[in-house]
Amino acid sequence: MTSATLRHAGWILRGNPLTAVAAAGVVLLALVGIFGPWIAPYDPIVSNVSQALSPPSAAHIAGTDQLGRDVFSRLIVATRLDLAIAVSAVGISFALGAVIGAICGYAGGRLDRAVGRFVDVLMAFPLFVLAMAMVAALGNRVENIVIATAIINLPFYIRFARAEVNVRRNLGWVEAARACGDSHISVVLRFLLPNVLPAMAVQMSLNLGWAILNAAGLSFIGLGVKPPTPEWGIMVAEGARFISTGKWWLVAFPGLALMLAVLCFNLLGDGIRDILDPRMRT
Amino acid sequence: MAGGMAAFGVTMARAGKRFLSSLPVLLGVLVFTFLLMRVLPGDPAVFFASGPNAGKEEIEVIRKQMGLDKPVPEQLMLYLYDVGRGNLGRSMTTGQPVTTDLRARLPASLELTFAALLIALVSAVPLGVLAALRPGSIIDHGVRLFCALGVCVPTFVSGLLLIYVFYYLLGVAPDPTGRVDIFASLPPSRTGFLLIDFLLAGDIDGWWAAFRQLILPALSMALFVIAPLARITRASMLVSLGSDFIRTARSVGLPWWRVVVTYALRNAILPVITITGIVFSTMLGANVLVEKVFSWPGVASYALDALLSSDYAPVQGFVLLMASVFVIVNLVVDVLYGIADPRVTVG
Repeated sequence: MTSATLRHAGWILRGNPLTAVAAAGVVLLALVGIFGPWIAPYDPIVSNVSQALSPPSAAHIAGTDQLGRDVFSRLIVATRLDLAIAVSAVGISFALGAVIGAICGYAGGRLDRAVGRFVDVLMAFPLFVLAMAMVAALGNRVENIVIATAIINLPFYIRFARAEVNVRRNLGWVEAARACGDSHISVVLRFLLPNVLPAMAVQMSLNLGWAILNAAGLSFIGLGVKPPTPEWGIMVAEGARFISTGKWWLVAFPGLALMLAVLCFNLLGDGIRDILDPRMRT
Repeated sequence: MAGGMAAFGVTMARAGKRFLSSLPVLLGVLVFTFLLMRVLPGDPAVFFASGPNAGKEEIEVIRKQMGLDKPVPEQLMLYLYDVGRGNLGRSMTTGQPVTTDLRARLPASLELTFAALLIALVSAVPLGVLAALRPGSIIDHGVRLFCALGVCVPTFVSGLLLIYVFYYLLGVAPDPTGRVDIFASLPPSRTGFLLIDFLLAGDIDGWWAAFRQLILPALSMALFVIAPLARITRASMLVSLGSDFIRTARSVGLPWWRVVVTYALRNAILPVITITGIVFSTMLGANVLVEKVFSWPGVASYALDALLSSDYAPVQGFVLLMASVFVIVNLVVDVLYGIADPRVTVG
């Protein structure tokens, strides 16, 4: 980043304090994710049945669940798992999608068409349904939630990288690099990909929020994460049994955690887009 | 009139062409679903033998019955042949053919999805229009805040909170399980859509009861998709309202509602139709979550139950059905596109 870019970013942030708040929120989430087990006031797993289902109070600010576990502590400890699933899923689809898309956009021809068909087939499924079927097929484990979320995101990254590389493949500086004796691989990796990455970063941030919702949805329906592991989606699923008897805190607080995490990533993504691409500003 | 007929013909030809071009994708969907379900962990034959201690021969018999002893390409061919004849296999848990189960449960899912889409459209489009009419006003900021928050709340959380408020706190909603009260008498099934069947039977009390059951799940599904619809309506209305023909329409003194609805909205509706197609895909996925929250007896909860008990024919059938519904929806969106903007059909 040049100093001009930084100044521009500073100017945008002053005009749009929401982005700064969202960035702070993401940093806070990351810190909670890293240090969660040490910050949590109670043990997230050990049950204490005498305290079961008590509403929010001074001792348990988010109440306790059916086994008397402190909801607030479980929320804090769950942050790491939820973020890890989303970040690794988006990371995988970003890395794979960028490389596959760039190669297709650069090479064109039969390979490009074959990958294009595959992407079309993936996009023909409602994405959550596809993720659900994939977790079922690969086995009901957390790693497979990551893989399924990564695969359903893949088409967007492939298409994006392909389009961006395709418009640049015949530009002068690409030909110059070829003329200087760079191999095709080197042209794609050293010259084309770096040009595509900034725009894809925006996509990633917006995608993270979506990946969090997706993973939470999968564990809500009983896929992937197993109790008693604390995870936001499964906490909502466990709390769901008590909602018709008015135990709102079991659903509301994990829901709030999900909402805030997704909101931070979405606002940050919008903010980064404004910094990188002034034309898209809303 | 002749022009209208010609335009209709062009639209139909376009729909036909579009359908033909979606056939390869449908075939790809079939093969992909087959491969996906073939790599299922565990041996379904072992699972459906009488228990973990079942004899080797018994497992072999079941394996033969299920066709699992043949080479994979042959199994794929058999599978395609079966699907072509409408045979999606038998559910091991219900003992019924999957096609029968899906057909019995599909109307429940579609009724829920269409109700949700209706709620979403009738609230999102006016919200987007209002926001675009007064950019920067309180209404505009309110709509944008609502949109930003709406996409962040998971469907299953909003569903559960709606249950808490309307069933537990206010007591105005019925017990949030299923489509009708267990003791209620069902109307003769004509369409499978309860709201329509009750109307056809002239049973207003039944209709009201079914409506009360439907409203919360439909609302929680709608809440999640109002945001993208309202956002796109606002953006596209802003462009449309700023164009020359609107200024002209205003300057010749046309009534404002005519300017807004007939001229501005008509020209702003195309992107909304496009997003509606995408939103529908989201809703088909959200069905799984909402049907679980409200114990809704649709295809998604059927597939979910099957999935959790490793019964793979229903899951396969469900995934195929959802992909087909989505292909049909895209086709309808395409046709609507041609109707909303006649220029599209010419090119």
